[in-house]
Order: sequence, then C-alpha cells, then structure tokens
Amino acid sequence: MNAPAYNFAYLDEQTKRMIRRAILKAIAIPGYQVPFASREMPMPYGWGTGGVQVTAAILGPNDVLKVIDQGSDDTTNAISIRKFFAKTAGVATTTATADATVIQTRHRIPEAPLHGGQVLVYQVPIPEPLRFLEPRETETRRMHALGEYGLIHVKLYEDIARFGHIATSYAYPVKVNARYVMDPSPTPKFDNPKMDNCPALQLFGAGREKRIYAIPPHTSVLSLDFEDHPFTRYRFDAPCALCGAEDSYLDEIVTDDRGGRMFVCSDTDYCETRQSSGHRGSENAAPHKERAHG
Amino acid sequence: MAENQDAAADDQPLLIADRLSKAYGRLTACRDVSFALYPGEVLAIVGESGSGKTTLLQLLSAQLVPNAGCVSYRMRDGVTRDLAALGEAERRFLFRTDWGYVHQDPAQGLRMAVSAGANVGERLMAVGWNHYGRIRDTASSWLERVEIDVGRIDDAPRTYSGGMRQRLQIARNLVTEPRLVFMDEPTGGLDVSVQARLLDLMRNLVSELGLAAIVVTHDLAVARLLSHRVMVMKGGRVIETGLTDQVLDDPREPYTQLLVSSILPA
Repeated sequence: MNAPAYNFAYLDEQTKRMIRRAILKAIAIPGYQVPFASREMPMPYGWGTGGVQVTAAILGPNDVLKVIDQGSDDTTNAISIRKFFAKTAGVATTTATADATVIQTRHRIPEAPLHGGQVLVYQVPIPEPLRFLEPRETETRRMHALGEYGLIHVKLYEDIARFGHIATSYAYPVKVNARYVMDPSPTPKFDNPKMDNCPALQLFGAGREKRIYAIPPHTSVLSLDFEDHPFTRYRFDAPCALCGAEDSYLDEIVTDDRGGRMFVCSDTDYCETRQSSGHRGSENAAPHKERAHG
Repeated sequence: MAENQDAAADDQPLLIADRLSKAYGRLTACRDVSFALYPGEVLAIVGESGSGKTTLLQLLSAQLVPNAGCVSYRMRDGVTRDLAALGEAERRFLFRTDWGYVHQDPAQGLRMAVSAGANVGERLMAVGWNHYGRIRDTASSWLERVEIDVGRIDDAPRTYSGGMRQRLQIARNLVTEPRLVFMDEPTGGLDVSVQARLLDLMRNLVSELGLAAIVVTHDLAVARLLSHRVMVMKGGRVIETGLTDQVLDDPREPYTQLLVSSILPA
C-alpha cells in the first residue's frame, strides 16, 4: 500500500533482520543448518536465490562486491548478480579477490588466499549432506542432533567399492568444528582444504531449501575419509594453458571436434592477475589478447 | 574366574517386561504382559493376526511407549535399566549395537540402493570404524556366514532374491555382535524350501553366538524349530506360556489347541 518503492539491496529491512538473525545463529553453531523464511527473488531457484538473500542481508554501502560463478567473473550468473546489486544497492563491484569485502560464489573458492574481514557467500542447492542416503528430513535432523554420522561413511564406502577410490569429487562432506557434518555446496573437493581455518567468514545460503549455515573464521573443517583411503585433492595433471599455473584448479575446455582441448584456470581473476605479471602458458606465448584463434 | 562371572551374569535376566499394556484409543492391543528373558534364550510369541504380537515386539524394543508397565534391559556393563528412562541417543545406540531387529519385509531393514557390503558395514561405521579394508573384510566374512556368495558383495540388495535379502538383513544386524535380536515374522513371504534353509541358518547362528532372541511368528513350525519357550497371545493377552515342546505337544488352553490343530499335516 504505502510500502517504499526502493530499499537498499532489494530486500525490505524486516526481511533482512530475519535473515541476519538466522546468520547469527548459524555463526554461533558452526555447520548447523538454520531454517529461515526464504523469499521469492527476481530470479529462478537454482540461480543463487539463497546466496543473493544472504548477500543482500549483509551488504553495507561501503562494501565492495565480487561475484563468481565456477570461479569466473564473466559468466551470465556472475554478471547478472553483480549488476543486480550494483543497481539495487549502488555498491562498488570488483573482480579482484583481494579488493572485495563480500564475495558471492557458486561452486568455487578463489585461488588467492582470503583475509580477515572478508565474507564468502556460497550459493547452495542442497544443504543436507545425508539427503541421498536418508530421504526423511525428520530423521536427518535427528541424526545431526545426535551426531550419528555413520551413514555418511556409507557413501564413501560405496565410492571405494565401486571405483576403487573415493570418487566423490564435489560436494565432498566435511565435519565442521568437530561436530556437524556439512555439505560444502558443490565446490570441487580441491577447494575443501581452503575452508579449514580460513580467516574469512563463510556463509551458505540455500534459497529453495530455506537453510542458512556458516563457518566462522578460523574454524576447523575436516574432510571425511577412511584411514586406508585418506582424503586427496583432485586436479587435472597439467599447467594452465594461459598462465602456466601449476597449483590452481583447472577447467577443461574442448577446442575442436577432433579431441583437442586445453586446461585453463577456473578462477579467471587469478589467471588474469598472473598473466598481467608476465606468466605465460603453452597456448599463450604471446599476450593473449592479440592471439587469433583459427 | 571369568567363567564364574559369566555364569553369575547368566543367572540374571537380560530383558524384563513388567505388566506392559498398550491401547490405541479404545482398542487394547496389549494387556498386562510380564516375562523375563535370559541370555541365550529364544522366546517365540505366537498368535493369529491382530493378537498384539507386533505391538508387543515394538514395546519391548522401545519403538512404542507403553501406556502402563515398563521394560528393563541389562546393559553391557551389567546394570539393569528402565528403557523409558534412557535418553534418545542411548536408546538409538543400543539399537545399533547391542540389539538387532529383523523386519518381515527386508526392504524396511536394508538400504536397498547401497551395496550389500555397505549394508553390513553401516553399523560398524556408525560405531566409529574408520578403516575401509577392515570393514570390508568383516562384511565379507559375515556374508559367508549367512551363505551369500562373497562375489556379490558389491551388488545392491534389490538385485537379491527374497531369501538372500533376509539373510543379508540378518548379517547386517549381527555384525556388531548384539546380545538380543528381535525378529518380526522373519520367514514371512518366503517359499518353503527357502524358509527351511533360513531357519536352519538362524538356529545355528543363535546357538553359536549365544544370542537371546524374541521371535514373533504365526507359524508354529518356526516356533518349534527356533525357540526354547513359547508365549501364546490372543486379544492382547498372553493366554499360555511354557517350554516350546510342552506348549505345542500338550496345549492346555482351548485356543492353543485350536492353533496347534490348525497345522496342515505334511
């Protein structure tokens, strides 16, 4: 009726308070999934409605926002969410990991180390790590409450029995603060060790499932495994074709229909920063902007 | 010395039911049931459909809360405790370790979509086993004991036959070496030759492991083969109880006589 036509960062203040309460509770109980009254957002479920609501609730006028999708700053999802907040909140945006105060991410943690004062906001499709093993929500909640996590090892057991090693390569289950088992959203397991003892605050928002959870700064995050099949990171065994990085997570890009492919950093900011300081990969002996693909 | 202690422990009941009653609204499913079960003893609860057998089993295994009466259980540390006074975490732990529950329908007791090995190993992982090789070795040795081809350890139980599923369910329950197993119509829905094999297997396992068991069945042949004692239920009451051969060969109550005489001659 007489609702204001505009409010900073899209959501109204009461909604933000509700989300902030959920966030505070989530921070107080690391890894615990806090239910919240998720709102309809002007985007479809699966495009980051949870992450967008968390970001909207924590964003202040002086924040600098970076949005990545699979590590990349320039894909549709990343660009539209970045524009959304540039328009509705008027905040500064950046692609540089080190300059951002709030980083909303889908499926990656930036390669550049995060520092204190930064907040990493994850978009989460399915927050419940036990979901595909135990379909009943009442039962999974009870299992979390009582710390009954034998079932999560059943999943890892199945992997080894079927493939000879733990083949789960993303959404790899972790134990937070030696208490709650948590789904780190579909980040590759390459990124799992970055969550452990991270100086930045990590917030997880699942819009469709209406859950928020968090990892406070400097909290232990342990990737689950077996004694005789320990957790390992996975990375394609190649340097980045553009910047030559040997330590970054790589995307495989098909370049023709004759089996040609190249591996490049999934984190575009990391890759570009390295290239501008003179690192070159095999596909990029000349500066990459001048190279003509034929 | 240790034997003496065990002998002394065997003198005390493992599970005591004291005047258990349960009503669903006006319908009384179970009325004033009392008995004591000793370690290594197999008790059969027989009666026709609707006589309160399954309700009693659920009361005994703390899945239902009785309206009156209580169930006490002697824990592994030798202390007898009221099940209603246990916390939920303790009760669930008991269920995963010291107890087994064999459902009539294996789909209820198994995870049909994960492999047989993981089904057997789940209880071990739940009590903190964290070594894949050892979990798998234990699972294969249990599959052998219940006569399932170890080559099928990585197959999901939905690819198994009814008899194999039931045997897998037994293996899954016995892997943590429980002291008490509840069985709800364990041979229901199996054909006769498979039933015979399963009964033979259960009888051997129970005597080998010194298990106590409470078997609910409407099949008097199962009671005769497996159990030491029989309780006959009708309309929620225990109407007759005694040694298996005594009750089945010389039934006292008219209803028991009817039950015994209803067996088709082979």
